[in-house]
Amino acid sequence: MVSTEKTASVAKPAKTSKSDDLAGLEAGLDALDAVQSHRTPLGEVLVKKVLPPLIAVALVIVVWQTLVWAKVAEEGSLPAPSAVWDSVSAMWLKGTLLEVVWTSVSRGLLGFLLALAIGTPLGLLVARVKFVRAAIGPILSGLQSLPSVAWVPPAVIWLGLNNQMMYAVILLGAVPSIANGLVSGVDQVPPLFLRAGRTMGATGLRGTWHIVMPAALPGYLAGLKQGWAFSWRSLMAAEIIASSPDLGLGLGQLLENGRSNSDMPGVFMAILLILIVGIAIDLLIFSPLERSVLRGRGLLVKG
Amino acid sequence: MATLTKDQAEDRTTVGHSARIEHVSKSFTGPAGRQLVLDDITLDVAPGEFVTLLGASGCGKSTLLNLVAGLDAPTAGTITTHGRPALMFQEHALFPWLTAGKNIELALRLRGVAKSERRTEAERLLELVRLGGSYGKRVHELSGGMRQRVALARAIAQDSQLLLMDEPFAALDAITRDVLHGELTRIWRETQLSVLFVTHNVREAVRLAERVVLLSSRPGRIAREWTVGIEHPRRIEDTAVAELSVEITEELRGEIRRHGQH
Repeated sequence: MVSTEKTASVAKPAKTSKSDDLAGLEAGLDALDAVQSHRTPLGEVLVKKVLPPLIAVALVIVVWQTLVWAKVAEEGSLPAPSAVWDSVSAMWLKGTLLEVVWTSVSRGLLGFLLALAIGTPLGLLVARVKFVRAAIGPILSGLQSLPSVAWVPPAVIWLGLNNQMMYAVILLGAVPSIANGLVSGVDQVPPLFLRAGRTMGATGLRGTWHIVMPAALPGYLAGLKQGWAFSWRSLMAAEIIASSPDLGLGLGQLLENGRSNSDMPGVFMAILLILIVGIAIDLLIFSPLERSVLRGRGLLVKG
Repeated sequence: MATLTKDQAEDRTTVGHSARIEHVSKSFTGPAGRQLVLDDITLDVAPGEFVTLLGASGCGKSTLLNLVAGLDAPTAGTITTHGRPALMFQEHALFPWLTAGKNIELALRLRGVAKSERRTEAERLLELVRLGGSYGKRVHELSGGMRQRVALARAIAQDSQLLLMDEPFAALDAITRDVLHGELTRIWRETQLSVLFVTHNVREAVRLAERVVLLSSRPGRIAREWTVGIEHPRRIEDTAVAELSVEITEELRGEIRRHGQH
């Protein structure tokens, strides 16, 4: 019994021990080479990411208050932070603050979604079809440098003083950004991915859906971010220039009303609200989206 | 040196071939005018056969692989394969927006495998390359060797008869490469795939292949062929592997030297 076992193990020792050997070696290598990725604890995030901007804001307010105390400008042209805060709380108590903000934000977001629906297929066409790129590519990137405020007068004449005109201005501002972002995203897709996709049978529309679009996502997201900034800017320009009672009170009109009433705290309040909404949308929607995409691909380098 | 018995060899010729390359030439038009890269290459890969294409730089071995993969068309000659061959690159070419498992599932999906079966099949293929628990791992969480194993699993997921490999282990460190050689041999024997493997590493060629084909450079022509009869499992340090490597290296040096003479 013992001897037969022995001969068996002597006859084929290399094969069994060798394959076990290989598996063991491989497991060892995998353990040594595995990349450890961990998420930063909440406390560290608070200290490193939340604290610095809060300090910066506090500093700005301190400098502002100092300037008011030093009377570098007349009281009418540089209101104290407290006066601006009073305007905000007065509007809050009247119950109109959220309404005004929502009027603009809903317009801005709806316009942005429309721009998204138009800019995405347009960007894909420009990126993938040579003739279309040659034909409208330069115009599309040129349009980005045209301030969308320039579209307000013709839009008012064509469409009148209404919401359509606002959306038209937003679209003209945001569509080129979104389309251009997608184009540069597609241009930066590594050719290796396209080749790998082709050998797997991802060609034509399937290639666009499974390979090109996901590979271009980081560039596309950057375009969306910029598209939102342009939407919001264009909307504010449109609201400041074209005010009419039918349009409802948005942040732009709030600013314009402050100016015509020489109400500097009101003007400051409107500017701050416009800024805060712009930052909030970016922080709440686009930054988390971008970070999760980059983190998923291991592109978020910790400094 | 031949391992194949006469019967086996005949068997293969009757079954046919996984790839048949007949009088293939390829030239490119570059700044220096028309340049012949591949000249009259004729090569068959039998079903289940492991062939390595060996050559110095400029022998057009990657070009030949691209032609067989259907990524480019030959200037003259014909290439026949059964369906679309799977191709593995020097870089892993895994999609970073998908997990290891989803990369494999994409290949299955593009092949037309039903949704309900994809997950199980992907898990099975990961087991095959000994990466059982890595289904949900992101590409950047894997080491270089693990990435190439996922890439191998993804290539096998395409379920083609022929696997083309373009120096897939060239960027790995020596120990990892050695382990992957062992893995590739094991998987090749288990799956009975035909493999056409391009490399400039003579030892690698000898360790892996049943047949080594040496290409000359500029233009690429088939210079010589060896049948490798060394029993599996082989090791990179085996004397038989070393001896044949020395012989092939001499020949390769001769090919390279010819280019310095004019």
